[in-house]
Amino acid sequence: MKKIILNTLLLVLVANAVQAQDKFFTKTGKISFFSSTPMEDIEAHNKTTTSVIDTKSGKMEFAVLMKAFQFEKALMEEHFNENYVESAKYPKASFSGAITNLSAVDFKKDGTYKVTVKGNLTMHGVTKPVEVPGTIVVKNGAIQAASTFSVAPEDFNITIPNLVREKIAKQIKVTIDMNYEPLKS
Amino acid sequence: MKKLRYVLLLLCLLACTSGYAQDDLLSLLEEEEETTEYAKASFKTTRVINGHSLENVAGGVMDMKISHRFGMLNTGAYNLFGLDQASIRIGLDYGLTDRLMIGAGRSSHNKVYDGFVKYKVLRQSSGKKTMPISLAVLSGVYLKTIEWQQPERENYFSSRLEYTHQLIVGRKFSESTTVQFMPTIVHRNLVATGDDTHDVILIGAAARQKLTKRVAINAEYYYALPDQLPTDRQNSLAIGFDIETGGHVFQLHFTNSTSMIEPGFLTETIGDWSKGDIHFGFNVSRVFTIRKPKKSES
Repeated sequence: MKKIILNTLLLVLVANAVQAQDKFFTKTGKISFFSSTPMEDIEAHNKTTTSVIDTKSGKMEFAVLMKAFQFEKALMEEHFNENYVESAKYPKASFSGAITNLSAVDFKKDGTYKVTVKGNLTMHGVTKPVEVPGTIVVKNGAIQAASTFSVAPEDFNITIPNLVREKIAKQIKVTIDMNYEPLKS
Repeated sequence: MKKLRYVLLLLCLLACTSGYAQDDLLSLLEEEEETTEYAKASFKTTRVINGHSLENVAGGVMDMKISHRFGMLNTGAYNLFGLDQASIRIGLDYGLTDRLMIGAGRSSHNKVYDGFVKYKVLRQSSGKKTMPISLAVLSGVYLKTIEWQQPERENYFSSRLEYTHQLIVGRKFSESTTVQFMPTIVHRNLVATGDDTHDVILIGAAARQKLTKRVAINAEYYYALPDQLPTDRQNSLAIGFDIETGGHVFQLHFTNSTSMIEPGFLTETIGDWSKGDIHFGFNVSRVFTIRKPKKSES
């Protein structure tokens, strides 16, 4: 009897350990965006993005604090928070989705894999389905994920007054760079 | 029996394990460390109307201010309700750091050169560090260069100087509402009559209410404690709108003060609102980023 219990315990422990290694996380993920117009270039960086990836199911989640975006000019940062994303009202943007071609990725083997991630992006209180291309690099048990895609402010109910319309791009280029580490529970 | 116990044990442990397999992946992470969040943009610019607001320009940012006060509305249609006369101040403000700013300007009214230093002592914040209010200290010096009224008597350079020291204490109550109080002392080296005291103590109050994301209404009132100024002097009252358009802030307002600098509008206001001695005026603020900032928050 004792042996059985011990075996079971061991089994469960191993199972747990394996499960823990399925999930990877970061709290220092980088997201930046870039708006380019003939009038003005606007760039902002965020280095405190939180993200978790489940290698078993291919699920990915991101959360980013809007106020943590840093701009070159103080006034740009103020206008971004006050007038555009209204970060007091909508403090976070988030993404929840999954890798659609999970079978193409071998998280156990070092290598670079092209993936497509599909899910919902929530920002400024608006949720939109998005599908973006990305790259996953597996190296020495760590996972790096990168992606570049475009977002239109209008899609997220962010209105830009005519007076400054020429200074803000219709399509904002977003770059994501995450270095995941194993999540130990 | 033994089998049953084994199955039960397994079920129990499985239940424990499944607790880990939550749908919400982010909830797997522990709570993020709390950070301190400072209240920003309590006013659109560093001035409420005539006087200073709680706000500073950011470190490395220069703010050029061009302000006009036209003549009084009750001068009638002949003067186009005051628009024929204008008094002007041109000023430059600069943020040495996010908390310390300096500024200088020149007013056509009395030909005054002014300079000031403003420091944010306390910054309203929430989160890790909680501070319910913001507190700023302002000190200014003002040099009147208008010709002496009585050139025949002996005039000293020091007689041209006036000083203002002010505490600005306030709170941004919500995204749209800010209220501040300004205990102020003005010192004048030379006063016109025996009715004037050299030191004048005033209490100011100001508020802003955002109407839309880019338009706000501001009001500002300074009360001079009694028996310090001649009886023809009025307390300064101003009401106006802030309109923000990208890099500019336009402030359009009505005030009974002609002067745009502290000793002027605090101790020399003679306009009476009830008689229509009201000036229309505007301040235009344009900011330039001179020095690229700070990559991270302190």
